[in-house]
Amino acid sequence: MTDPYPDYDVLDKRDTPSWNDKTREVVDQRMSLTESSHALDAAQLATLRRLVSRLTPQPEQRAPANTVAIVLQKIDANASDGYRLAGMPQVRECWCKGLDAIREEAIKRHGLPFADLDDETADALLRTIENGETSPEVWTDFSSKQFWTWRILPDVVSAHWSHPSLWSAMGFGGPASPRGYVRLDANRRDGWEAREETDG
Amino acid sequence: MAEASDSVRCAGGRAPDVFSTEGWVPMNEYGEDEVDFVIVGTGAGGAPLAAKLAEAGFSVIAMDAGPFWRPLSDFASDEMHQSKLYWTDERIVDGENPIHMGANNSGRSVGGSTVHFAMVSLRFRPEHFKTRTKLGYGVDWPIDWQEMWDYYREVEQELHISGPVRYPWGPKRPRYPLRPHPLNAAAHHLVRGAEGLGIDWTETPLATLSAPVGKAHPCVYRGFCVTGCSTNAKQSALVTWIPRALKAGAEIRDLAMVGKIECNARGRASGVHYHRNGEWHFQKARNVVVAGYAVETPRLLLNSANGDHPEGLANSSGLLGKNLMVQLNQAAWGQAEEEIRSYKAPPSLAITEHWNYCDEGKDYFGGWTYMSQGPLPTKWATSLAGGRKLWGRPLLEEMERANHSVGLKMVGEVLPHEDNRVTLSDETDQHGLRIPRITFSLRDNEKAMIRHALDFMQSSLEASGARDIWKETDDTCHLGGTARMGDDPATSVVNADCRSWDIPNLWVCDGSVFPTVGGVNPSLTIQAIACRTADRIVEMGRKGEL
Repeated sequence: MTDPYPDYDVLDKRDTPSWNDKTREVVDQRMSLTESSHALDAAQLATLRRLVSRLTPQPEQRAPANTVAIVLQKIDANASDGYRLAGMPQVRECWCKGLDAIREEAIKRHGLPFADLDDETADALLRTIENGETSPEVWTDFSSKQFWTWRILPDVVSAHWSHPSLWSAMGFGGPASPRGYVRLDANRRDGWEAREETDG
Repeated sequence: MAEASDSVRCAGGRAPDVFSTEGWVPMNEYGEDEVDFVIVGTGAGGAPLAAKLAEAGFSVIAMDAGPFWRPLSDFASDEMHQSKLYWTDERIVDGENPIHMGANNSGRSVGGSTVHFAMVSLRFRPEHFKTRTKLGYGVDWPIDWQEMWDYYREVEQELHISGPVRYPWGPKRPRYPLRPHPLNAAAHHLVRGAEGLGIDWTETPLATLSAPVGKAHPCVYRGFCVTGCSTNAKQSALVTWIPRALKAGAEIRDLAMVGKIECNARGRASGVHYHRNGEWHFQKARNVVVAGYAVETPRLLLNSANGDHPEGLANSSGLLGKNLMVQLNQAAWGQAEEEIRSYKAPPSLAITEHWNYCDEGKDYFGGWTYMSQGPLPTKWATSLAGGRKLWGRPLLEEMERANHSVGLKMVGEVLPHEDNRVTLSDETDQHGLRIPRITFSLRDNEKAMIRHALDFMQSSLEASGARDIWKETDDTCHLGGTARMGDDPATSVVNADCRSWDIPNLWVCDGSVFPTVGGVNPSLTIQAIACRTADRIVEMGRKGEL
């Protein structure tokens, strides 16, 4: 699909009444995160990078989101969501073990680390993980389906769509405080909202 | 400026002024002196109680594990950052349908989860206070709807609820204090669908201002309601009851985690052990009120077990922690030809309570409502990823159609069941306190309600012209039960006044006391119960019955 909002960039509103100081502070801080980690080793980091690139591709013609760095922040902080499935370890340990298992599963099936698989093979392996059709001897602490459902999807997807490039690509109004919106009806938009290409 | 979560703000005779970016208001401080009431939790249950008890002349300290925010300077327009409003300490979930905790059912702030609630402020259907007698399921409340009607009115006035002139369902109710908000495009879909299917709809009664009140401005329709209102239009407990409580002389202790309720040799509660500023303290109190919601309330009472109460405080019935209820939060979504842009305005501007009030044609017990929706990006992306198993390019492409997405989401009644419960795990938290284990499974009644609701919401979307309809089958919201109120000490934890049967100066005042949850969002009912409890305590105090 071509970008429906080619002339829209939510960051253009950064210095307008749509962004308050707190919003500027937290979004700036997020966009400046880099891919450093004290929690993951090099192999785990390589697996995470490949996983993120297949799961949450970058929107075309937009500045790439630093999704891996955002996920790493959560892993390094061992930041809980406030719940975890019985039997699953806390965030950091869960990611380390899960990334090890993905790498091992790839080596077992294809003789290559997950990070080195081609796109088609990597996606096929991810579907195997999603469906829980993996090797029981590799996934000893929790199932691959549990890892997919309770860690991979929520953590990676929410990190990706917390980046302004993704807000721009979907035509989301983005931060809106103190200025909100006036026009609420269908097919109506304020001057500071995204214009959809088909608007004409 | 230092983040409120980093260090206490309520100290030195002052508390934050929530209507300013960095100001203060004076605050009474009781030190370690024995007070009339310690209230544990400052959300929809604890905050109204603190305000009304302080106004009646009682000495009150209300503690909260969370920070005391100033929304105007502390809140960003950002989903990820604002997850600071949720309770994110470790909890174990299990059962056949493990509950996702956090956004939809917890809060860790002065003001509790009302700081990020969706502001939907509904009254129970009258028969839902007596489901066993009137409708043949569940269990009766020990309170009549007529009495609740008056307390609902009190809360609606305090929160300046904006709502319709005429409410289509149930007995006559007075006009809402403020006019309804205009409908957005997503709400118009609910309206067209309801009219196509021949059922009533109305503007949702909402706790966000449609006219200026005091220092608060009307809602600016920024749409980040469920991540915290940064303009103070939202009438959370933080900007309503808490300032009232402070003005009346109550003390608020922020970042104060209560770990144990102490009992004396006479079997009465004598105070609470709480962790604040890096160390444990003890606060003496003549009465202790637990208002931590349906997980933390039973957790604290269970963790307070002692020689006289080995199974936890207020648990002679064995029901403490049991009958945990959520509400069903399934949805139907589709695509509209026109631009919807549902990120604008409060997410649930239109509602139908048809299936709360109509009992015909159901193959299950209980009621449900549904409302229009406005999910923000990460919420929407995780819904698509989880609900439709989308990832990779298909997810990216679906997200690019978000401005044409439109949906309807239910709030549905779950029946009480003793196997759905909160217990203690052997794992401990950063304070050495055992963490909760939350066990939940849906049963046949809920599954039948979900089927009916999803089919009906799909029909509504079809009637309003949406295409590509899909059903999100797995979501829950809100909590209730675990310390139910009743008329019989053998089958309930507290009486109608929220007073525990076992320990006369120990009270529970939050959604845990709900015997049944009905088919509406619980916040208005929790606040109404708190107002009633305050009035009853004042009356008992006058009669020397405390």
